[in-house]
Amino acid sequence: MEARLCLIFFLLPILSFLSLSDAHDLQIVNAERRIDLTSHIVKVFLTFKVENTGTSPASEFLLAFPPAQADHLALVKAAVATGKKKKKTYIPLDVNPTELPDAPNGAKFASISLKNPLNAGETATFEVLLELTHSLEPFPAEISQSESQLVYYHDSAIILSPYFIKQQTTFIKTPSTRVESFSRVDPTNRVGTELKYGPYADRAPYSFSPIIIHFENNNPFAVVEELVREIEVSHWGSLQITEHYKLAHAGARHKGVFSRVEYQSRPTISGISSFKHLLALLPPRVHSVYYRDEIGNISSSHLRSDSRKSELEIEPRYPLFGGWKATFVIGYGLPLQDFLFESPDGRRYVNFSFGCPLLETVVDKLTIKVVLPEGSQDPSAEVPFPVEQHLETSYSYLDVVGRTVVVLEKTNVVPEQNTPFQVYYTFKPFFMLAEPLMLASAFFLFFVACVAYLHMDFSISKS
Amino acid sequence: MAAIENGKREESVLRNAFGNVLSFFILLLIGILAFSIRLFSVIKYESVIHEFDPYFNYRVTQFLTKNGIYDFWNWFDDRTWYPLGRVIGGTVYPGLTLTAGTLILNSLNIPLSVETVCVFTAPIFSANAAWATYLLTKEVKGTGAGLTAAALLAMVPSYISRSVAGSYDNEAVAIFALIFTFYLYIKTLNTGSLFYATLNALAYFYMVCSWGGYTFIINLIPMHALLCIVTGRYSSQLYIAYAPLVVLGTLLAALVPVVGFNAVMTSEHFASFLVFIIIHVVALVYYIKGILSPKMFKVAVTLIISAGLAVCCAVMAVLIAMVATSPTKGWSGRSLSLLDPTYASKYIPIIASVSEHQPPTWPSYFMDINVLAFLVPAGIIACFLPLSDASSFVILYIVTSVYFSGVMVRLMLVLAPAACIMSGIALSEAFSVFTRSIKFQLPALLQSEKVDAGETSTDTAVTQTDAAKPAKSEEIVKERPSKKNKKKEKEPVEKATVRSRIQKKLLVLPLEASVIAILLLVLLGAFYVVHCVWAAAEAYSAPSIVLTSRTHDGLHVFDDFREAYAWLRHNTDVDDKVASWWDYGYQTTAMANRTVIVDNNTWNNTHIATVGTAMSSPEKAAWEIFNSLDVKYVLVVFGGLVGYPSDDINKFLWMVRIGGGVFPHIKEPDYLRDGQYRIDSQATPTMLNCLMYKLSYYRFVETDGQAFDRVRRTEIGRKHFKLTHFEEVFTTHHWMVRIYKLKPPKNRIRGKTKRAKSQKSSSTTSTKGSSRKRNPWQ
Repeated sequence: MEARLCLIFFLLPILSFLSLSDAHDLQIVNAERRIDLTSHIVKVFLTFKVENTGTSPASEFLLAFPPAQADHLALVKAAVATGKKKKKTYIPLDVNPTELPDAPNGAKFASISLKNPLNAGETATFEVLLELTHSLEPFPAEISQSESQLVYYHDSAIILSPYFIKQQTTFIKTPSTRVESFSRVDPTNRVGTELKYGPYADRAPYSFSPIIIHFENNNPFAVVEELVREIEVSHWGSLQITEHYKLAHAGARHKGVFSRVEYQSRPTISGISSFKHLLALLPPRVHSVYYRDEIGNISSSHLRSDSRKSELEIEPRYPLFGGWKATFVIGYGLPLQDFLFESPDGRRYVNFSFGCPLLETVVDKLTIKVVLPEGSQDPSAEVPFPVEQHLETSYSYLDVVGRTVVVLEKTNVVPEQNTPFQVYYTFKPFFMLAEPLMLASAFFLFFVACVAYLHMDFSISKS
Repeated sequence: MAAIENGKREESVLRNAFGNVLSFFILLLIGILAFSIRLFSVIKYESVIHEFDPYFNYRVTQFLTKNGIYDFWNWFDDRTWYPLGRVIGGTVYPGLTLTAGTLILNSLNIPLSVETVCVFTAPIFSANAAWATYLLTKEVKGTGAGLTAAALLAMVPSYISRSVAGSYDNEAVAIFALIFTFYLYIKTLNTGSLFYATLNALAYFYMVCSWGGYTFIINLIPMHALLCIVTGRYSSQLYIAYAPLVVLGTLLAALVPVVGFNAVMTSEHFASFLVFIIIHVVALVYYIKGILSPKMFKVAVTLIISAGLAVCCAVMAVLIAMVATSPTKGWSGRSLSLLDPTYASKYIPIIASVSEHQPPTWPSYFMDINVLAFLVPAGIIACFLPLSDASSFVILYIVTSVYFSGVMVRLMLVLAPAACIMSGIALSEAFSVFTRSIKFQLPALLQSEKVDAGETSTDTAVTQTDAAKPAKSEEIVKERPSKKNKKKEKEPVEKATVRSRIQKKLLVLPLEASVIAILLLVLLGAFYVVHCVWAAAEAYSAPSIVLTSRTHDGLHVFDDFREAYAWLRHNTDVDDKVASWWDYGYQTTAMANRTVIVDNNTWNNTHIATVGTAMSSPEKAAWEIFNSLDVKYVLVVFGGLVGYPSDDINKFLWMVRIGGGVFPHIKEPDYLRDGQYRIDSQATPTMLNCLMYKLSYYRFVETDGQAFDRVRRTEIGRKHFKLTHFEEVFTTHHWMVRIYKLKPPKNRIRGKTKRAKSQKSSSTTSTKGSSRKRNPWQ
């Protein structure tokens, strides 16, 4: 078994090379795309039915994105569904960004490695989830307090793909029935909150047909421009988390007057695109939660916790209108035994969730700092997706050599990426006693010095 | 016999050791008490900086810890007093910020934030102040009085009001420095040691660094020295206590940038120099008296007096000439208003407008020093029995501070330590009298109850104890001076005999009376404690930036100030200028990090008057003033919706007064109807048209349809109006802070003639020309 696995790993690059070379041997029999525009994170669900028309088995499938979309792409996930409708289980597939030398118009690619290479003549079905951030462009770009927010969404009616597509349909779901305008690429149909493009038959590779949809979206465009999460591990029994947020409303900019009387007396009309609550999902058994900013405690927050989860509802000091910003800090403590484990090889590891605990928010730049106890060695992090990593040293309570800090950085993070990650390190329990011993010896020396001083005579002349 | 002696000595050593340990623990507890009674604000609210001035100190401390001491001295702050700026390094008393800056334990890698240190500086220093009070009172009247005074000071409401956690102000540190300086002065006076004299000068230096109130020290100590000389108590100790302090202290004081040459140039310091000359003359006289025969001495006196008078006249003439050249006769405004309580209200409305500069009312004495007010006279009497240098100093201290506290509420703070010392002395003397009388009679009583027959034996017992007691007290009294300088020993021995004679003379009070008196005193003390805890918890712990109100459906938090400042901080441009009344200047710079026009420093009356004028002008004129100052946002505080009484409408008359003091076209009577300040339908048109009224009540009527102002308890006079030159950009949740933006100047051209004009000159100059009469900012 192991030998075969090794063989597969060894063969994979070769296979992929092979499959890339004859990419056009694949064709898409049927493609269905559902675009969800209800929040400010655009979610695209794709279902492909792929057939290998070539002669050699194919193990890779390529997804193509227009360059504008590729910049906003936060997440690509692919999975194969097995089983019947009710008992569907998804087996995730590996997705890697790739480059193609002959890509037209700077299109970007991601390759999906299929579970089993697709032999000639075989078909396979799999599903892909894309998440796009900052893809809804507010228009008008500035609105007043009483207006609701209208946004543009740009895409193509036809799925961009390096493969021939026999048949495809696109469904677009808007948050409300108010759609100002949308491009028509016949057949186009609109029912309620759903727009249907297609079905289109037999489109050549790299077909593109731009569309614009102009519609109302009053969902909170909550964007955390910068989030620094500090996870401090103390072997004395707690995990202290401090999260520094820089929050912004990334929707249409607020223009002119903010009238409190209108905001308070007509909450359904006035400031409909603004938001004043945010919900953070914290781990269970959370304690000593605080919510403050640089000028003190923010009193408007509620914590509800039960055995499975804790919900922290926070309100920034003022409602956030388009373009308004706020900064705040959330901190809390967690029991260590829920998050620190010992791996079979004797090393310890911290298991914590990546990403931002706030619901429905995009994080432009996320920095996670895992502060390991003083004296820990050989730190290494395991994250399910590519992140930038480096090490730092920080000093806290009576540190002499400093604590090792594992820093993980990632841009464009969506809530879907709140998956656990691990930081492994080795630690000798003796180091736990270093600081108490240091303090004890300092006090001991102080008392010895006092005793010595009281028993000696330092006067120059005897009187 | 020798063995008994030895045993006695051992016993007394043990007792001493026990007493020392006991008083050490009592002091420790007093320190903990002083610290923890001030934490109500943190527990009830949060760990946050309070009020107005502490925010400035906090900002300075942040700058100091970030940029270091040298940048701090050279700091020119361009975020206040726009466009003038302020030289912070040279205009601030650096003691507090330097203290807090060094408290930050970065060397041990303890991550204390600047804010935490600032919040807890005041409670820490009040513990120090309590210990300093113990030392001072111990020098005056012994350990018992010292402990009582320290315990009283630890919880005196007047001091709590200025030193609760978060109240990060100069006074918090300065009161400690003040008491400690006095202690070292008395200590030097009692010992005649140059070591303490030097320490005294250093403590004085710390005081100068900390607070403008150092002038109190440099006037009180010369007064005491003079008093001693006049009453014939001149001694070499006095000289050692006084002369080095003046020389070293003045030199050190001149090192502090904010004082600088003021230490030798202003009238506040002249008293010390005058007494310095006098003490030298007296010292010389005593010296000459010592080496000459009485006859020769008389000749010398006449000779020297004639020569000395001439020199004195010359010096005085020079001094008077120097003083007369300065417009205020060398006195600063605040000092002048101390000497003449009516001065400020007559000439400087900006000093009079501050509530803490008003004279206090009688209830505020009861509120701030409570039962101490009744104990002080007893303490004064106790200080006269017997009168020593130290006790005369304390008497002088209480007398002067009572006067000063009567002029300004703020100086109640100086009175509080004096009152505590006096009450401590009074209480401990009273207790010692009562307990002694109980002690004398209790054995007798017990014995008479036990043994019915045997009256003679009880009699002898009484006489025995009676005889033993004075001997013992004599011993104790003798012990104290033996620590002191040998030269002084003669006098205390005399004193001790005097005291023992007095004690012998003192009739032992009846047992019942003394028991009841002790109970009453304990009751009084308990009342004091209850009052102090109440004052600390309820009256003085509110941070004033967060307000709470308790209604039947729970606690309501009004966090509007920080809401507004946070909004300004995050949603305006970093270089935007915000105009508001000066009260909110420090908070705006510290919390919102925006440039302000005026702040609580109030160093430039004209600038404040400009803002006052703008607030009391009609919209257009106000817009022009603000526009000429480059202001982009105007912030007003409005309490009408929730009933917050200290809002801008209630402060408005001071804006009119201060504005009118510089720009005479603003006249106070225009805003008053028959001498009454009102904003209802009877208000004057000038009032209803001024900017402050409009910004406060803009669209207020839409909240309840009535426009009922809950602070003034009336419907407002003008309900429906529009703003033409300002637009509302932010109003907080409870409407307590409203922020308006100046609309950009209009570029519409009305007629042909105007167009011709505006083509010649730019639009800004044309507005200037048309408004030359009204715009004071030119």
